[in-house]
Amino acid sequence: MYRIVKKTILNQSVTMMDIYAPLVAKKAQAGQFIILRVDGDGERIPLTVAGFDRSVGTVKIIFQVVGGTTMRLNAKNEGDCISDFVGPLGCPTKTDGVKKVCIVGGGVGCAIALPVAERFNELGCEIHSIIGFRNKDLLILEKEFAKCSDRLTVMTDDGSYGRQGLVTEPLKEFIANGEDYDEVIAIGPLIMMKFVVATTKPYNVPTTVSMNPIMIDGTGMCGGCRLTVGGKMKFACIDGPDFNGFEVDFDEAIARMNAYAEFEQKERETACNLFRKEVK
Amino acid sequence: MAIQTKKNEMPVQNAALRARNFKEVALGYNEELAVAEAQRCLNCKNRPCVEGCPVNVSIPEFINKIKTRDFEGAYSVISESSSLPAVCGRVCPQETQCESKCTLGIKFEPVGIGRLERFVSDLHNENYKGSTALPKSNGHKVAVIGSGPSGLTCAGDLAKKGYKVTVFEALHLAGGVLVYGIPEFRLPKSIVEKEVEALKQYGVEINTNVVIGKTLTIDELFSDGYEAVFIGTGAGLPRFMGISGEGLKGVYSANEFLTRVNLMKAFETNSHTPVMNARNVAVVGGGNVAMDAARTALRLGAENVYLIYRRSMEELPARKEEVEHAEEEGVIFEILRNPVEIIGYDNPENKRDKKNGFVKGIKVIKCELGEPDEKGRRKPVEIKGSEYVIDVDCVIMAIGTSPNPLMKNSTVGLKVNSSGGIIVEEDTGKTSLQGVYAGGDAVTGAATVILAMGAGKTAAKAIDEYISKKDL
Repeated sequence: MYRIVKKTILNQSVTMMDIYAPLVAKKAQAGQFIILRVDGDGERIPLTVAGFDRSVGTVKIIFQVVGGTTMRLNAKNEGDCISDFVGPLGCPTKTDGVKKVCIVGGGVGCAIALPVAERFNELGCEIHSIIGFRNKDLLILEKEFAKCSDRLTVMTDDGSYGRQGLVTEPLKEFIANGEDYDEVIAIGPLIMMKFVVATTKPYNVPTTVSMNPIMIDGTGMCGGCRLTVGGKMKFACIDGPDFNGFEVDFDEAIARMNAYAEFEQKERETACNLFRKEVK
Repeated sequence: MAIQTKKNEMPVQNAALRARNFKEVALGYNEELAVAEAQRCLNCKNRPCVEGCPVNVSIPEFINKIKTRDFEGAYSVISESSSLPAVCGRVCPQETQCESKCTLGIKFEPVGIGRLERFVSDLHNENYKGSTALPKSNGHKVAVIGSGPSGLTCAGDLAKKGYKVTVFEALHLAGGVLVYGIPEFRLPKSIVEKEVEALKQYGVEINTNVVIGKTLTIDELFSDGYEAVFIGTGAGLPRFMGISGEGLKGVYSANEFLTRVNLMKAFETNSHTPVMNARNVAVVGGGNVAMDAARTALRLGAENVYLIYRRSMEELPARKEEVEHAEEEGVIFEILRNPVEIIGYDNPENKRDKKNGFVKGIKVIKCELGEPDEKGRRKPVEIKGSEYVIDVDCVIMAIGTSPNPLMKNSTVGLKVNSSGGIIVEEDTGKTSLQGVYAGGDAVTGAATVILAMGAGKTAAKAIDEYISKKDL
């Protein structure tokens, strides 16, 4: 069992938890992920590592409450335990040879982008961060990004905070205005990453994306997380989760994400009913 | 008394009924049937059956105990050589091992050794209440990576010799392929659980949720005081064909499909893990895993399950019993067929059509058998222009696996062959690294449970010798 040491509500649908898992904390690096199960009969879900504290043995996860499993996880409180927590899985984000980087985060993807930005900051890189949200209420981690970025641009779709528009707009401006990034790293919804790639491609700025497909074991055994990258089949759990954005078949990845849409809808409803009952 | 020429039949669930439930297919002998079957054993002098068993169970001895109705005694004989008797009695390919060597089998049907082994172990598991005396500790620590058949066997053998054994398992449950791969109806999970519990009684510790190569490395295991390491990490990455459409929704590797159903219990109505409810399913491949996937698909409610195999019935690599069971249950064998493309649903009028991107059919080409290949199996040759489409909404690829690169990538100096299997000395399981042994599918590529157990046993013996020598 793995204890929830700290639980922080970041906004109405995003929660942060520090989980006591010393072996995972000891090895975790930015860009890697873990797999957890909330209860003994729960499904296995992958979540990217949002931070770690090796000295106290905790791993930080940040998740959006979107489905049955994340609802069940969100119903747990400090001091409660979850039944399984395994990792760190996947390859860490590559940092070699990068001196100036633009990090683009979207929504809850910012949670994963933050440790990457912090890592580049430790290495002394120049960091421009662009983080985007649907509206002001969904904004997370602004202070943390400000701390490790040389330049931070906050975007909201509706203009309720920061600049109005999509993350690709400032990105395009910066590049067009001569910011010579060694790399752009995009972490967020698939559709956002697809358009980040479409933005950087004409300028040929190397672009890395972090993929988070449906997964079961996370060690290469099931092949459920397969993607087409550069015309070849890759497993996100073993070969990724980071990939060259120019090579990823986003349309296929987007289609595969909703393979269980109907089931997930039912799970959501069941979980909702369950927690409503408990509240009474 | 004249010898009974045929094996005593083992009662099974009715085919039509069982094809729709997950309960075990074969029901096992009762005492009378077991004793009657044991009587068929000639107790011949040269005991060829023992040679045919990868873990060399003293077969005539345990059968003799059954003849005298000393069933617990029979169990003791088996457990001297096998750590997982209830499992082996169910999933071993006896027809190519012990039973293929049976003297009686020269003229008649061989003795039903597997059925007897199963009977004895089940009876033991049902009745045995006492606790096992913990073997006297010899003060040495050994790490076993992976809790599948090779790892559990290695761990059991070493624990019985007094070693402190820790098994590291990547998943949340111990058993490896016995829990994620082989379905409930062929190997009930309660049986695996009992076998794992029995090992714990011997002092084996099982650490789940630890991925060696990620959470810990082999080097760290040595610095933690383990004196030897056994790698039994299994087969690894599922293979796909490389044909168009394998990224469509509704295409699974057999590993994923079976894991969803077996390990994650997707067949239960309130499971939190989904699996596609397909009406028409194509399973590609002809091995035991393909049979398991096809029969599982039927039990999930599929109306038609097609097994697509590029050679003929004679070449099917699956156990004979599994093929027979699959046929009886209604799996449709599309033999001498090779898939060329998986076709997806695509509504050009409506990009938001929910069916877009799901599997609609599989295009196959007819084959005929040509010249034998280097293994002596006749090669399938495609017949030009013979393609046709089978309407399916799910495709399961059961065409084998390739070794997982995780262990190699995280362990400096661990040598692997060109196909990625760990290189070992055959007689000992010793790898290129001192104190590191390996066995099972991680070495051989996809094979059987019993071969993996044999490898675990060989390695346990070699590890014991290695550590004993170090002590001198």
